[in-house]
Amino acid sequence: MLEPTNHPAARSFLFGRLTLDSLPFLQPDLEGRIVLVTLCAVMLGGLAVLGLITKKRLWGYLWNEWFTSVDHKKLGIMYMILGTVMLLRGFADAIMMRAQQAIAFGPNMGYLPPEHYDQIFTAHGSIMIFFVAMAYIVGLINYVMPLQIGSRDVAFPFLNNLSFWFTFWGAITFMVSLFVGDFSTAGWLGYPPVSELQQGPGVDYYIWGLQLSGVGTLLSGVNFVVTIIKMRAPGMTMMKMPVFTWTSLCTSGLIIATFPVLTATLLLLSLDRYIGTHFFTSDFGGNVMMYINLIWVWGHPEVYILILPIFGIYSEIVPTFSGKPLFGYSSMVYATCAIMILSYLVWLHHFFTMGSGADVNSFFSLTTMIISIPTGVKIFNWLFTMYRGRVHFTVPMLWTMGFLFTFTIGGMTGVMLSVAPADFLLHNSLFLIAHFHNVIIGGVVFGVFAGVNYWFPKAFGFKLDEFWGKASFWFWQIGFWLAFGPLYIMGLMGVTRRLSHFDNPALQPYFIVAGIGAALIALGIGSFIIQIGISILRRKQYAVGGDPWNGRTLEWATSSPPPDYNFAFVPNVHERDAWMDMKKHGYQRPLTGFNDIHMPKNTATGVVIGVLSFACCFGLVWYIWWLAAVCFVGVIVASIAHTYNYHRDYHIPKAEVDSFEHSGNWQDAAQGANA
Amino acid sequence: MSNSNDHAAHGHEHGHDEHANHGSLRSYLTGFVLASILTIIPFWLVMGHVFQSHWVTITLVLLLAVVQILVHVVYFLHLDTRSEGGWNMLSFVFTIVLVVIVLGASIWVMYNENANMMPMSPQYQHNE
Repeated sequence: MLEPTNHPAARSFLFGRLTLDSLPFLQPDLEGRIVLVTLCAVMLGGLAVLGLITKKRLWGYLWNEWFTSVDHKKLGIMYMILGTVMLLRGFADAIMMRAQQAIAFGPNMGYLPPEHYDQIFTAHGSIMIFFVAMAYIVGLINYVMPLQIGSRDVAFPFLNNLSFWFTFWGAITFMVSLFVGDFSTAGWLGYPPVSELQQGPGVDYYIWGLQLSGVGTLLSGVNFVVTIIKMRAPGMTMMKMPVFTWTSLCTSGLIIATFPVLTATLLLLSLDRYIGTHFFTSDFGGNVMMYINLIWVWGHPEVYILILPIFGIYSEIVPTFSGKPLFGYSSMVYATCAIMILSYLVWLHHFFTMGSGADVNSFFSLTTMIISIPTGVKIFNWLFTMYRGRVHFTVPMLWTMGFLFTFTIGGMTGVMLSVAPADFLLHNSLFLIAHFHNVIIGGVVFGVFAGVNYWFPKAFGFKLDEFWGKASFWFWQIGFWLAFGPLYIMGLMGVTRRLSHFDNPALQPYFIVAGIGAALIALGIGSFIIQIGISILRRKQYAVGGDPWNGRTLEWATSSPPPDYNFAFVPNVHERDAWMDMKKHGYQRPLTGFNDIHMPKNTATGVVIGVLSFACCFGLVWYIWWLAAVCFVGVIVASIAHTYNYHRDYHIPKAEVDSFEHSGNWQDAAQGANA
Repeated sequence: MSNSNDHAAHGHEHGHDEHANHGSLRSYLTGFVLASILTIIPFWLVMGHVFQSHWVTITLVLLLAVVQILVHVVYFLHLDTRSEGGWNMLSFVFTIVLVVIVLGASIWVMYNENANMMPMSPQYQHNE
């Protein structure tokens, strides 16, 4: 720091409101020490990773093959890695809360002061939704959807790279708040008046982190819609698209329609915080309730943005492992479209208790009940697909069955909450917490693990270990019910959410059971990481060809992993389940007559714009205006400069295509076949 | 097998003939005249105090504004049911539906929230 005592003006110009006091790890209290230990661990781990990369001379490889890549497959994998890292962070928050609530009774205040506890539940919620669930969803769509429609990339490959870096730096913005300053205490949706009144940088970290990732998600949504509409293989009409592609389309439509609402709402909130407007204050013409209304106009469709692609994943897995076409394809498509529209008509059920009166509440209560009907249609479709099928109990199928059981119960408690008078009793109780974890873990998380186990062989050319996959599933499944069963019960007894201390000792056994459940989930996450590690070690033994599951859709028609160009010849589609149809008609992969393939070229612009946007947001958080201004101009300049980049494409020479088509991983390896 | 090797990188393979039309001088002039008329009428309604009732004026102005939007969309944005294989029209209708839902229901909700507010003493109601 530049002699802070002598030149306060210069110091505040250079560093805004950032001072040594803002660094929590320099504080002598318990929280400071926790942060210091975490910081040391992160630094050591980070240095070890960076050292290893340098030692192995991987920087060039990472830069050229990954960071600047516009390949949808690599971006998809990077999204999945981001999601997994952030899952560890979000879960660390969860286990801290479970530990606090298991011990903080009567005279024991636990180990987390309320201020710290509030930051933890806020960070847990927003990280799990924006950087775990969304990263996983966008990652899976990115990887799978272009392959399923027989395309070579998404419609706007550079934009795809840019989206990833926006999301990545949004996540970094959240992570930085751990060590520099503090985080919001206003809950995962940043309700005013808390988010208006909290003076520190916490809410600003929250706002700018979400703005970055929100823009990234919006651009991804546009990209996916255009890709699906314009780049399907010849013959693939809308009603011949795989269901996962259909759900990706509907989800992307929802993203385009709702994320601008989130961006605008957060912008209004930041105007209140930065320049003293009064959009969401309770006087001077502002209205707190308007924020709640607007944020849920985005927030409710958001949960369908998460679950729709997951429904698509199950719709791919169930037919594959039942050896039958999906039961009721058209009803599945119509149900998806119905959910897409209906998800816009239910948002008020998040604030029945705000006092709109009986007529408004009845309307939204009814729409909420109605939306469970198309969802029920889907559940029956999956069950009827399994009925009389030859069901293979593979790991993806286990996750799917766990989902059917768990999610259905979550759906039913959702219908209980949709009854407005009942909601007056259950609102903000642990029952609600149990309900939405029930649908998000039992639906989205189970689905992501199902999808990862299902498509991992496609992405890397070897299967994931079965034993550790099953271990992970059972730990999660049992851990989930142990962790959230007690919350349902306590919620019915009237225990409210977000408490860091309890007076009634009768509740403690419930919280201890919930803590044990969280520990089992930790074992589940550990098993998942061991599963990945062991499978990498045994990758020769687990090696598979292009179509290890006897798949039905086009992604299984190419090598595992697929070449950069995905398909040497774009397939012609005649039926639903195009690859199954091709196999039935004795499809032979052509091995001659290749042409040069026109592909998009890598670019560093996404990385540059991402870093500059992050620095701009950091400047805004700490009122370092020069930094924010310089970086904002930098973003504009880099964007304009990129439009003058005319070297955006290249051709993969046909010799290279020819050699890959003769060498790639198409057939099951001898050992892999019985693994 | 198809030989569409540039398919992915360009992605415009099908649909060259379905692209939106770019209009003609005639259609632009028609649009301009219609838009002008639709601007002058509300201006005259307001400035000339044609109707006694404010509500009649406001309703008419709003109706004309909706027609104005349609004129812009048809004559200047060239939206019809055929461009881009109907996708432009579909996304337009989708947008309209969502905007109507979000704005209409938000106004409805906020009106009800306001009407059901507990009566407050004037000192808390700076702007009411």
